[in-house]
Amino acid sequence: MSRIVVLDYGSGNLRSAERALRRVGADVTVTSDFDAACDADGLVVPGVGAFAHCMEGLNAVRGPQIIGRRLAGGRPVLGICVGMQVLFERGVEFGVEADGCGEWPGTVERIKADVLPHMGWNTVRAPSGSTLFAGLDADTRFYFVHSFGVRRWELEESHAIRPPLVTWAHHGEDFVAGVENGALSATQFHPEKSGDAGAQLLQNWLRDVVG
Amino acid sequence: MGVAVRVIPCLDVDAGRVVKGVNFQELRDAGDPVEMAAVYDAEGADELTFLDVTASSGERATMIDVVRRTAEQVFIPLTVGGGIRTPEDVDRMLRAGADKVSVNTAAIARPELLGEMARRFGSQCIVLSVDARRVKEGAPTPSTFEVTTHGGRTGTGIDAVEWAARGQELGVGEILLNSMDADGTRAGFDLELIEKVRRVVDVPVIASGGAGALEHFPPAIRAGADAVLAASVFHFGQLRIGEVKDVLRADHVEVR
Repeated sequence: MSRIVVLDYGSGNLRSAERALRRVGADVTVTSDFDAACDADGLVVPGVGAFAHCMEGLNAVRGPQIIGRRLAGGRPVLGICVGMQVLFERGVEFGVEADGCGEWPGTVERIKADVLPHMGWNTVRAPSGSTLFAGLDADTRFYFVHSFGVRRWELEESHAIRPPLVTWAHHGEDFVAGVENGALSATQFHPEKSGDAGAQLLQNWLRDVVG
Repeated sequence: MGVAVRVIPCLDVDAGRVVKGVNFQELRDAGDPVEMAAVYDAEGADELTFLDVTASSGERATMIDVVRRTAEQVFIPLTVGGGIRTPEDVDRMLRAGADKVSVNTAAIARPELLGEMARRFGSQCIVLSVDARRVKEGAPTPSTFEVTTHGGRTGTGIDAVEWAARGQELGVGEILLNSMDADGTRAGFDLELIEKVRRVVDVPVIASGGAGALEHFPPAIRAGADAVLAASVFHFGQLRIGEVKDVLRADHVEVR
């Protein structure tokens, strides 16, 4: 049974992630303990609320170091919602700019749409070869709740690295809904709140990424 | 393809049991909230809302337990309202497993509360619940709708449409718009109220109050609602979630 840590840094409803992972067969611990978070088979970084506030909380538990250390060893990390956003270089919310973990270039900024937050069930466009979305139909919907997002994918393609698989969603405009980059995965939506579709995605992550 | 219109059953909960009364005054028992939540999830509900109808008279701990047990087995978003007065109340509900809380009376007394909650927990989990009715006595408000308290029995003289806009300014992430005139009538949503609020806010609007037949739902969406909420018509099996979605789909509305 895979040992999963849900990183507790004071952000949001951690129990949902814990329960949803347990439902698909993981052995889950919710903790901010540095060693436990580094050593787990898989680490989930949740997050709700403001980007800057989440980064503060994450920094307080040395979250960026945990993520960095895990990725250096090829150990899986899954960021969810603001837990995905903080993996990018920076966030700009209401004129306040904050540094993110910088695992990927790019800026998290307000989405241009008539109604925000983008709240509810939406479809995504996953690339072929996706692991997270394997077995899920193109019209599958996931639960989103956010006003900010990554509107441009800025990582330039190079022959030296295998390009990450980027999944997109649309609300007013396109934004990044998911990234699969070796050991580092992320979703803008909440798989833990996306019913059976979310359970399938978490199961895919557990089985084929965490292994 | 875009975000789907949400169909949300609301469970009115009193001392851990689901009830629904006409205009909140005649309460009838309709079952265990945790079981009903699971049934609605299986039927395709997009979210669930629990409204603690007797929060003012205690039983707060019971509600937290209901939320905790529901979140154990239901994996769709859950909103909890009724008796939410302080940031600590919000914190307790979120920790128990709620994804959003709706705030009503406490914000009327002190609007800044909404800003404090939104800043601490994020706009996405703070819903402003507005119990609106047409002004019956006293000076009319600009929109002709006023905010009420006590299940629609007491008018406040506050313009309901302006109040919704104020809520957005203060940072709430969603408006739960209850028509107290339509509530319990099963004669359809108050479309004028939805249209007026839609014009002044760009956060999602949940239309509530008056759903009685399938044909009531598409006009609420055309009037500008992002979600529709109903209670008794679902509890008593008069309408099924799937039927509501079918009628919306036939009206070219995206649903899950």
